[in-house]
Amino acid sequence: MYDLIVVGGGPAGLTAAIYAARRAMKTLILAKEFGGQAVYASKVENFPGFDLIPGYELMEKMKAQVERLGVEVKNIEATEIKKEDDIFFVRDKDNGAYEGKTIILSFGAVPRKLGLPNEDKFKGNGISYCATCDAPFFKNKNVAVIGGGNAALDAALLLAKFAKQVYLVHRREEFKAEEVRVNDAKKLQNIEMILSSEVKEIKGEKNIVGIVVGKVDSGETRELEVNGIFVEIGHIVESEFVSKIVELDERRQIIVNEKNETNVSGVFAAGDATTVPYKQIVIAAGEGAKAALTAYSYLQKVNSK
Amino acid sequence: MAEVILNDQNFENEVLKSDVPVLVDFWAPWCGPCKMMGPIIDEIAKKFEGKAVKIAKLNVDDAASTAEKYNVMSIPTFKIFKSGEIVDEFVGVQSEEEIINKLEKIIS
Repeated sequence: MYDLIVVGGGPAGLTAAIYAARRAMKTLILAKEFGGQAVYASKVENFPGFDLIPGYELMEKMKAQVERLGVEVKNIEATEIKKEDDIFFVRDKDNGAYEGKTIILSFGAVPRKLGLPNEDKFKGNGISYCATCDAPFFKNKNVAVIGGGNAALDAALLLAKFAKQVYLVHRREEFKAEEVRVNDAKKLQNIEMILSSEVKEIKGEKNIVGIVVGKVDSGETRELEVNGIFVEIGHIVESEFVSKIVELDERRQIIVNEKNETNVSGVFAAGDATTVPYKQIVIAAGEGAKAALTAYSYLQKVNSK
Repeated sequence: MAEVILNDQNFENEVLKSDVPVLVDFWAPWCGPCKMMGPIIDEIAKKFEGKAVKIAKLNVDDAASTAEKYNVMSIPTFKIFKSGEIVDEFVGVQSEEEIINKLEKIIS
């Protein structure tokens, strides 16, 4: 029996585990992957104490710290959570079962897909959700970046160093990204911005040979010859497996109060999987700390009954 | 047995001509998710020590022609070779458990 089971291994979950371990709570982390979205950032320049650190390095440090504190860490996906009396039962993908007195849900968010029929077929074969990982494979090729936020602009700027031509396809006229990034992109000759447009079709049999983009208002289409598509249209919370136990908002995010409590006593949540605004590493870490402290006081009350 | 480090020169002998199935981890030092998976692959190599399977790492910078030959355009990518043929492949971060399950299916 664990005092706390943390579901998710990103900044929120790892920080929660650090705080819990330092309160001598017997803690288990179940994580499908470690480091969360932070490991996809080549540079993190806004985590206090570090002028610049690669995302994976920051997350490796957090994970190592958790392990040094004696937290049990399992690299496996949790698939089911049940409550019976005051005990939680967590099941993993391999049917392993764990019992905990408290739960922190911190499983984050995953990249949103375009939702086109042949998208999955081209995953790893022309479609990428990680520009920092895959940009170098597109040397002297044409690529499209889809999206208009910071991640999309960063992807376009990085790809412009490798690719021959970068098309930045965004469904609005204005970018959500910071102006500095947009201005940098405008200066580059091999980035063409295709605004108020969305991807209608991916063309190709074995490999991608192009995409069809359509104007949002007029529907007017244009075909672009590209071999790669970098999708940067935000993230979604995959909270289906907890939807029977905790309350979600219309974006499938877990509803929490300022103390990271969900609607179920003993279940707390933190990080990008929750309704807390601003999806940032430092915020996720802070929320994880709060969730662990609230779980600790809950446990104190339960134990003193 | 620690994992085998592959390059364009030893790929044929170590992978294609291997007597046992080989899991190849295509990675690069610039790829954050690949680096996070590094220790997990090390762990898997330890767990499969003495079993009829080889765990290998291929840095796409050091073995560019091989990566290109196998059409690797996204990393991390994992491919399992048996008798010179690809019998399973998966793209993106995987959990330790998932990789172990796939390997066990192939060697059993």
